[in-house]
Amino acid sequence: MAMVQITDARKSYEGGFEALRGVNLSIEQGEILALLGPNGAGKTTLISAICGITQPTSGLIQVGGHDVVRDYRKARALVGLVPQEINLEPFAKVRSTVEFSRGLFGLKRDDALIERILRQLSLWDKRDNSVRELSGGMKRRVLIAKALAHEPRVLFLDEPTAGVDVELRRDMWDVVAEMKRDGVTIILTTHYIEEAEAIADRVGVINKGQILLVEEKASLMQRMGQKTLRIELTDPIDAIPSSLNEYALIRAEDGGLIYTYDTRAERTGIGRLMADLSEAGLHVRDVSTAQNSLEDIFVGLVAQQEDAA
Amino acid sequence: MNWPAIGSIYSHEMMRFFRTLMQSFLSPVISTSLYFVVFGAAIGSRIDEVEGVSYGAFIVPGLIMLSVITQAISNGSFGIFFPKFTGTIYELLSAPINFFEIVIGFVGAAATKALFIGIVILGTSFLFVDLTIQHPAAMMAFMVMTGVSFALFGFIIGIWAKNFEQLQLVPLLIVTPLIFLGGSFYSISMLPPFWQTIALLNPVVYLISGFRWAFFGMADVPIAASLLAIAAFMAICLGVVWWIFRTGWRIRS
Ligand SMILES: Nc1ncnc2c1ncn2[C@@H]1O[C@H](COP(=O)(O)OP(=O)(O)OP(=O)(O)O)[C@@H](O)[C@H]1O
Ligand SMILES: [Mg+2]
Repeated sequence: MAMVQITDARKSYEGGFEALRGVNLSIEQGEILALLGPNGAGKTTLISAICGITQPTSGLIQVGGHDVVRDYRKARALVGLVPQEINLEPFAKVRSTVEFSRGLFGLKRDDALIERILRQLSLWDKRDNSVRELSGGMKRRVLIAKALAHEPRVLFLDEPTAGVDVELRRDMWDVVAEMKRDGVTIILTTHYIEEAEAIADRVGVINKGQILLVEEKASLMQRMGQKTLRIELTDPIDAIPSSLNEYALIRAEDGGLIYTYDTRAERTGIGRLMADLSEAGLHVRDVSTAQNSLEDIFVGLVAQQEDAA
Repeated sequence: MNWPAIGSIYSHEMMRFFRTLMQSFLSPVISTSLYFVVFGAAIGSRIDEVEGVSYGAFIVPGLIMLSVITQAISNGSFGIFFPKFTGTIYELLSAPINFFEIVIGFVGAAATKALFIGIVILGTSFLFVDLTIQHPAAMMAFMVMTGVSFALFGFIIGIWAKNFEQLQLVPLLIVTPLIFLGGSFYSISMLPPFWQTIALLNPVVYLISGFRWAFFGMADVPIAASLLAIAAFMAICLGVVWWIFRTGWRIRS
């Protein structure tokens, strides 16, 4: 059974704005799901509805088989949340605020666990500092520490690496990877496609309150991915011979050619292209291919929805 | 009931109080002393006794009520407003606790602080006047009920308030006048008949009267009316809290 099961979730805010328009999503235990979507897509609203911060207007949301509205105690006990905004009490001490988070879940104090979490997030040296004395990246780590303090089985990270430098981002990815090893299910939202590419098992794309797609990262990139073939010629050309028009080739700066093809297509047309090239008297010196990034896929999907609307 | 979680909220709230314990302790001592000097000396030299009680002693219950009520409201409202303001309320909302448990934690802490201050004032009063408390248990019960119900009222204000101005508004415009006009420093029997009738519309009159009865065995209104007033006030506050819980008003958008 899925760890998080969302069935036709809708959310209308006061004033009638519909931020979630029938979301269906199923997240398996132990996987990392990256939710990609532009600003205002409904990522935070979706997470808020799962975690109990906002009431879904309709639909069913279950965590670990427990309805998050009716069975909120059991559902929320499983969930840790790292919010998008840095919401911290400025005068609280690092360690005490993390201990408080554990206490709120009704759990017994566990100094060893808190120490391990703080060390893992490189906050141990700052344990007796107050929050306002920390840098922005450290504050974000405090938020993560608070979310981990009750040993959640499902962790939501709402743009955990926004405004965080590269090194820290890698640290966070390490933490996420370690949690995954412990079997924790992780859902993160991000604007950084590289982040999804780097750590997610599956990628979901959300826009205007609807999930456009959820797919294995690898198969997604393969299925949707377009590849480009760069062809280096022995004798660079100034113009593309008209006999090659059907291939929609682009002349590269070095006088070579660029061919774009769809890996989904039954035939990529590469063999025929090669034959037609020699027919046209062009000699191929070297070829290389490049896969399109998730970013291109993502932009393409959102544009499609926009066109459909 | 998730009692460990309630305990966490309670002690988290109390921690802030203990951090500034000296301040929490000194300010009521100083302000009470000032009241005794100003009211006790200046007015007390003109009124020696009210219904057989020295004026200095007569104002003690009113002084305590004044502080317990204002402290309960300000602690109760600030306690829940602060997480709303800093955004840390997300933690309370996503924890496996319900709204009543949140209320018990915050209101319990706010009432505790108010009672602490009430007791400090009572202690300080002994330095200035001769006091014997006729019904100590009733006195404590009244103080606890007042602290709890006004902490609840403060909690509601804290949920309602969208900014610091609103947070101050209700205490400033409504509560403080009601307390000052509630017979803290005089017996309403000292008022002209018309104003006596008006005063009976002020709920605080019933609280202070009942509290004064616990001290001196005398009251402006029957003790049953005082008990009824505080019970009714608490019931109204609980009703509003229950409604907030049902609707998620101003918390769960
Ligand atoms: N409390 C609220 N009241 C009314 N509308 C809201 C509220 N919160 C969010 N919205 C609206 O709902 C939509 C989705 O917002 P949401 O915060 O879920 O987007 P998001 O995908 O998290 O965006 P971002 O990437 O910018 O964080 C937006 O149009 C937003 O304006
Ligand atoms: Mg967001």
